[in-house]
Amino acid sequence: MYSFEPTEEQRMLIDTITRYAHSNLRPASHDADEENQFPLNLIKKGWELGVLQASTPEAYGGFGEHSAVTGVLATEEMAWGDLAGTMAVMTPGLFAVPIILAGSEDQKKEYLPAIVEGDWSPYSAAIIEPYFDYDPNDLKTTANVDGDTITLSGEKSYVPFANEAKMMLVFASLDGKTQGFIVPAGTGGITVGERQKLLGINALPLYPVKFDKVQIPASNRLGGVNGHDFAPILASQWLANASLALGVSRAALEYAIDYAKDREVLGSKVAQKQAIAFMMAEMATEIEAIRVLTWEAAWLLDTGKEDAYKEAYLAHIGAGDMAMMVTDRAVQILGGHGYIREHPVEKWMREGRSFASLPGMAII
Amino acid sequence: MIEFEAPKPIAKQNEMLKMAADYRMRPISRYFDEHEHEIPWDFINFMHSVQQMAGGGGGMAPSEPKKDADGKERPRIGYQMLACMLEMLSYGDVGLYLCVPGGGLGSAAIEAAGTLEQKQKFLARFNTDKPAFGAMAITEAQAGSDNSALRTTAVLDKEKNEWVLNGEKIFVTCGQKALEEGDGLVVIWASIDLSAGRAGIRSFVVPAGAPGIKVTKLEHKMGIRASDTASLVLQDCRIPFENILGSPEVEQKTTEGFKGAMATFDATRPLIGASAVGVARATLELVKEQLAMQGIAIRYGLPRQKLTSIERDVLDMEMMLKSAWLLVIKAVWMADNRKANSKEASMSKVRGGDVVTKITQKAVELMGPLGYSRDLLLEKWFRDAKISDIYEGTGQINRLIVARNILGYRGSELR
Repeated sequence: MYSFEPTEEQRMLIDTITRYAHSNLRPASHDADEENQFPLNLIKKGWELGVLQASTPEAYGGFGEHSAVTGVLATEEMAWGDLAGTMAVMTPGLFAVPIILAGSEDQKKEYLPAIVEGDWSPYSAAIIEPYFDYDPNDLKTTANVDGDTITLSGEKSYVPFANEAKMMLVFASLDGKTQGFIVPAGTGGITVGERQKLLGINALPLYPVKFDKVQIPASNRLGGVNGHDFAPILASQWLANASLALGVSRAALEYAIDYAKDREVLGSKVAQKQAIAFMMAEMATEIEAIRVLTWEAAWLLDTGKEDAYKEAYLAHIGAGDMAMMVTDRAVQILGGHGYIREHPVEKWMREGRSFASLPGMAII
Repeated sequence: MIEFEAPKPIAKQNEMLKMAADYRMRPISRYFDEHEHEIPWDFINFMHSVQQMAGGGGGMAPSEPKKDADGKERPRIGYQMLACMLEMLSYGDVGLYLCVPGGGLGSAAIEAAGTLEQKQKFLARFNTDKPAFGAMAITEAQAGSDNSALRTTAVLDKEKNEWVLNGEKIFVTCGQKALEEGDGLVVIWASIDLSAGRAGIRSFVVPAGAPGIKVTKLEHKMGIRASDTASLVLQDCRIPFENILGSPEVEQKTTEGFKGAMATFDATRPLIGASAVGVARATLELVKEQLAMQGIAIRYGLPRQKLTSIERDVLDMEMMLKSAWLLVIKAVWMADNRKANSKEASMSKVRGGDVVTKITQKAVELMGPLGYSRDLLLEKWFRDAKISDIYEGTGQINRLIVARNILGYRGSELR
């Protein structure tokens, strides 16, 4: 059947997240962006809502099966509160979710319980590379297998919490195929660089990381010595990215609506001008269109359908355009005020450009 | 639970309709585009016989849910089935789909605003052994999107208990076939009191053969040429009292009657969206086929900056198409589940109209000299597509409706 109704459990989870996004994330959003830091207690609080835990099977310390649909619902809802805060809360998932999706039984047992049963702690992943044509399916970082040892070499960037991460999942090209590798912090040959300064997402600490002939045991290859299929992991990154974009865009539209209904111009409210009302109608339509596309892709992924990868990719490219269009218009609707940092729309517009270029910093 | 599995009856229906699209519609597509106003009787008779076998051509979703053997109500999927049908038939040929016998927009209006008794009475004519057509007449020369400005009048002749209709309607899709080819009907929007504005507007069922109604003109159009677009004149056209749609109170001058008539659109707008998606899908498939013949395959999963220009265009078309279709599905799913869907219905219409025009225009461009030629159907679909952004409320009127919905404004607050 077709249905657009979340389950009772999903609804309860979303309600909890709505409260957190509303009462915790959003009030902290502005200062966190200005101060380049999100309060750790808020990140921990977000972690305790149990989004990742609900997507980890009981055998590995969680309390549910992995569900991409639940993931996209939860991610949009949280990102409405604040993008960087949501990504910080989701950071341990960068390491854990690929293990849930593609890890060997041994890897699941070894790593997952410590992550999902504990407090939020910095586990991370390194996939993005500092090149204009960064392509997750054609990475420049390489992995070489020699007997029981794997050697990783290359440069990564945008690695969340790399300076304090206990473990990292490093994606590298092995014989032309992208594979994940579990790398403990402190392994020889890793250099974490200076924290990166960006256009937006300022509150999330991101670092470049160099891998100079970093050696790990062959058993640290994600999925075990024979590796894994990368497509579902990439699709889950695209969908995380798309739902983050949806949350930010919805926030921007709602703010623009409230402003336009309040502000007088030429004898009526701004929102009563068709020029503005039509802009907002298109923003709302665009958001809804990308939302249903993202939901369908997530459902395809959960049900193991063949088209999941393609559809997740379409959702990703659609979401990149949608977010830029919606956040740009939100700034425009506020006029001069939109450009002032007292209003959040300029921040959302800076964040809006990230989604097209940077899949890989979140996963559902 | 959120899910996207087409229900079995829809999957089965799609299989059949795909055959009709491929073998009954495409082969005659060009002929009827070039022979405007010629009626495609072979196709009509074929579709009629198929509908009779499938259990009727009322053309609208059943009101009552079906039940399982154990008496449990099955989920309603009538509008979903209809949307999928229109998508597939428009994939075949949108002009020909508009010639499919059955109630069409006339039925839609009766379903949306009629009483149960009226539905039974008026829709039965579409389930006989002869094809019949339904149409809806709203637009007048001076009243398009602003249908409260219409001037056609309905006056009650109390002695004979009959309505007497006078006025002139234009742009009536299928109006000629409804009145002149078989036992069809036209739903006419008219005012029972011109001074009351919207509050005076009602809809009336005028059956074929009613005295005083006639077809005066058939339009020559940019596209959908297989479908007739008629002008009608009503001159002391008489119909029985009970042909006013809705409960008897609709005779009172409140806006309830108008709202009932407008409810027609919440049901039909997603269907126009569905039809738009059908044309867009046909176009995209042909483009990909043509590219494949030149050895060009579309690569999925690359960062945009590594894609070729053609790949970017095709992927954008595909993204637009899929998302537009899912908006349609959501809107009709809401209708089936009796959820208020005015916003979603208009969104699906806005998006459908947008993407079909963009996709067909881009397709003609991408295919260069081949795209512009009548050798392929791309140039035809380019012309056919544009109507989806116009009829059943232009893209702009639907933006207005979406805007009012998201802003919480009434019509008077956002004009």
